[in-house]
Amino acid sequence: MTDLIRYTAAETATAIASGTVSAVEVAQAHLDRIDAVDKKVNAFLHVDTEGALAAARAVDAKRAKGEELGPLAGVPLALKDVFTTEGIPTTCGSKILEGWIPPYDATLTARLKDAGVVILGKTNMDEFAMGSSTENSAFGPTGNPWDLSRIPGGSGGGSAAALAAYEAPLAIGTDTGGSIRQPGAVTGTVGVKPTYGSVSRYGLVAFSSSLDQGGPCARTVLDAALLHEAIAGHDPLDSTSIDAPVPAVVAAAKMRDIRGMRIGIVKEFAGEGYQAGVMQRFHESVELLRELGAEVVEVSCPSFTLALPAYYLIAPSEASSNLARFDAMRYGLRVGDDGTRSAEDVTALTREAGFGDEVKRRIILGTYALSSGYYDAYYGSAQKVRTLISRDFDAAFAGVDVLISPTTPTTAFPIGERADDPMAMYLADLCTIPSNLAGNAAMSLPCGLAPEDNLPVGLQIIAPAMADDRLYRVGGAVEAALNDKWGHPLLEEAPAL
Amino acid sequence: MSVISLVSYEDALASYDPVMGLEVHVELGTKTKMFCGCSTELGAEPNSQTCPTCLGLPGSLPVVNAVGVESAIKIGLALNCEIAEWCRFARKNYFYPDMPKNFQTSQYDEPIAFNGYLDVQLEDGSTFRVEIERAHMEEDTGKSSHVGGATGRIHGATHSLLDYNRAGIPLIEIVTKPIEGAGERAPEVAKAYVAELRELIRALGVSEARMDKGQMRCDVNLSLRPNGTSTFGTRSETKNVNSLRSVERAARFEIQRHATVLTDGGTIVQETRHFHEDNGTTTAGRIKDNAEDYRYFPEPDLVPIAPARTWVEELRAELPELPRVRRARLQAEWALSDKDMQSVLNAGAVELLEQTIAAGAPADQARKWWLGELARRANETGTELAEQPITPAQVARVCALVAEGKLNDKLARQVIEGVLAGEGEPDAVVEQRGLAVVSDDSALGAAVDQAIADNPDIAAKIRDGKVQAIGALVGAVMKTTRGQADAARVKDLLLAKLS
Repeated sequence: MTDLIRYTAAETATAIASGTVSAVEVAQAHLDRIDAVDKKVNAFLHVDTEGALAAARAVDAKRAKGEELGPLAGVPLALKDVFTTEGIPTTCGSKILEGWIPPYDATLTARLKDAGVVILGKTNMDEFAMGSSTENSAFGPTGNPWDLSRIPGGSGGGSAAALAAYEAPLAIGTDTGGSIRQPGAVTGTVGVKPTYGSVSRYGLVAFSSSLDQGGPCARTVLDAALLHEAIAGHDPLDSTSIDAPVPAVVAAAKMRDIRGMRIGIVKEFAGEGYQAGVMQRFHESVELLRELGAEVVEVSCPSFTLALPAYYLIAPSEASSNLARFDAMRYGLRVGDDGTRSAEDVTALTREAGFGDEVKRRIILGTYALSSGYYDAYYGSAQKVRTLISRDFDAAFAGVDVLISPTTPTTAFPIGERADDPMAMYLADLCTIPSNLAGNAAMSLPCGLAPEDNLPVGLQIIAPAMADDRLYRVGGAVEAALNDKWGHPLLEEAPAL
Repeated sequence: MSVISLVSYEDALASYDPVMGLEVHVELGTKTKMFCGCSTELGAEPNSQTCPTCLGLPGSLPVVNAVGVESAIKIGLALNCEIAEWCRFARKNYFYPDMPKNFQTSQYDEPIAFNGYLDVQLEDGSTFRVEIERAHMEEDTGKSSHVGGATGRIHGATHSLLDYNRAGIPLIEIVTKPIEGAGERAPEVAKAYVAELRELIRALGVSEARMDKGQMRCDVNLSLRPNGTSTFGTRSETKNVNSLRSVERAARFEIQRHATVLTDGGTIVQETRHFHEDNGTTTAGRIKDNAEDYRYFPEPDLVPIAPARTWVEELRAELPELPRVRRARLQAEWALSDKDMQSVLNAGAVELLEQTIAAGAPADQARKWWLGELARRANETGTELAEQPITPAQVARVCALVAEGKLNDKLARQVIEGVLAGEGEPDAVVEQRGLAVVSDDSALGAAVDQAIADNPDIAAKIRDGKVQAIGALVGAVMKTTRGQADAARVKDLLLAKLS
């Protein structure tokens, strides 16, 4: 039975469809695994045993009736606790939403259910997706399965750790500044931020509306592609959703041929702050791409150096408004309602008690940046930087098909190391943020272990908006070549839990 | 303020020049809310017309109501505005329990319509042009009810109830440019503007614009400056003035209040004020100084609106007959003099007349009842003419009964009184009160004989050929029959007896 948890999603779906194994057996194997290891990992905030088994039984019943099963039917999945799930708690890693049971499913949740995906539970995250380590969760940090004393990245550390700990073959993350890709990089898993607008945000509890994007997390590029196709596509309930066909990412993941593709190295993503072992694996990846027949050139995107400060104005500004609704009036935590206090006081006391430090820091930052007299200097300027970054991308993509960089400058750092140093924490997203500001697509996939600490290093691939298939074409080829070289997937080198 | 005696209106105007700004909110009559599919029907069970979006639940997102946008464009066009080629929604951030997201999705520096004007007609028949700054789209808030206090206001209440049925109902806010040069007629201009706007909105069919139902709400911003100067004074913002009459009264009161403060050497505080219908005064509400920062920024959950020019031109071509044009047409159809038409307008009776005439009444009769008896009652009770508990169809029925000879004027007045008192349809009132005209000769004969017997001198005069004296005898018969006799028939009978 232990084998079942090591199957890829594609293998699992095939086994269920062919009757080799039942969906219930697969679900139970993963629930057992969660039971066995999650006390150590803390990837899950909520495990929906009953719901998962019921969903699995439904898939088995469907198969028994001879009905056709979708490509991911019966495959278990770990859902970041930022998507609403009808009848299942959704906390966003915050005390302020503790006890709230959403009355509705996010569009993404509904699509997963329609696809027969078995949702095991909700995963841990930095509170309201604000962070790069999952230490900002109100419900305790998640450990990195490679070294439980280290961070699994963030904000989607729970989803990435669940994959690396074989608690689920698939997971969902959201990426506002790198929250899918950076956890993917530091846990040796694959994470994709699709083009902004390609996965519905309806039911995704907003951090920064113009940047947030849900996306697939998996242990293989093909599995990510299968999940990508299940969740992407136009949704009339999300006005920013793109009404166009989803790029053929599954086909692209299977191509394994990048001959003639032009690939650009972003010159600005190197130098001080980049760990030597990270750069070493990155340079080896560049050589590998050349060996595989791609043409690799260096490109310059000068305004990318302004991306981090622009991000830390735009994201907190939107967050300060998005998080205003947590006022103790309609749902979630309510503090101080003893019959003597005004609604205003109860709201203040609830927000004081319910939000963590990083959330408060960003609400204050954003409130300040939007206030009259400062708007032009801060929010307004940041939006201009955003335009400059988009232009840099446009210029770069005029000459190359995709861009590459390290996903994050370092490997997983120890829990607690950067907890009191927000600036050091923010640097983890240096290479990922430009794609959020521009709204294009990007992937992180494992490209080896850093020699100095034997921890995973991520390779980031960036494609133009609605050219998500290029990520999978390059990623699929790189993954196959590296697995050939190593003789096995990287994750097999992770220590047993 | 109420204890300090106010400077008289005339004295205020002798020294100061009022400048007004009017902000009118119109609830659109769309079937669904501005950003979700919930019903906008009034009067439903509290919180029964809500969904994740209009409750602001975590994760929910707005989707723009296309009919709302179309209505906004129609209003903009009818107000002679330019229609934006590209505009956005913005978030207006402030905390209030009845606002589910703690921001209102509104428009800020990019309204859908801007730079227009509305010509309004004053009571003397002259026209005053009110310039329009902008018309923009936004959503309504929920409704708070404060329970347990004596006043129904938040102060002293033990708890509050929130109803989010109204949250998300589409609103159009129409903002004037500063209205200058109205002088002593400023309150009249304010009232005439709101009245004209209301007619316009109704003509467009985008809202019923019932002020008594909160479908149209007016904020009156007012400041004074010394006569002959051009710099604006500090303004007060009187919120939610909810009838035409109140708009006029609020403006008038604020002119007097400002003048009183300024004459006394005081300064006007920029603040929100509440208008009190009962005594026509305003009192201070929230003081606006540091609380004013709404931190507007473009709504990232919505995409910009770029109405195609062809669509805008289609809407322009489809605009209905606008009130001014319609009024001119009706005046001609009803054959009213300018003066008579103006009196109809001043009474706010155009629609009532139109409907009464459509229900079969002659124009002069319809005008007579609405501007006479009914206007007098509206005036006495301090209510709007249209709010009188009688329908145009009922007035038309009364006119028909008169035309058929079944009622005379005096009886008709009593029938109208009965309808207003809630006694039912005109025919029912006639029957219940026994008001039918008596023209039956046998019934009248005794009264005629009695009148002749009681007034031998007059009878003699008539016999001598002084027929004009017959009025006194007719009057006597009418008296004994309590006004129910058919006067013409009475006259015939008297003449027959006395010839």
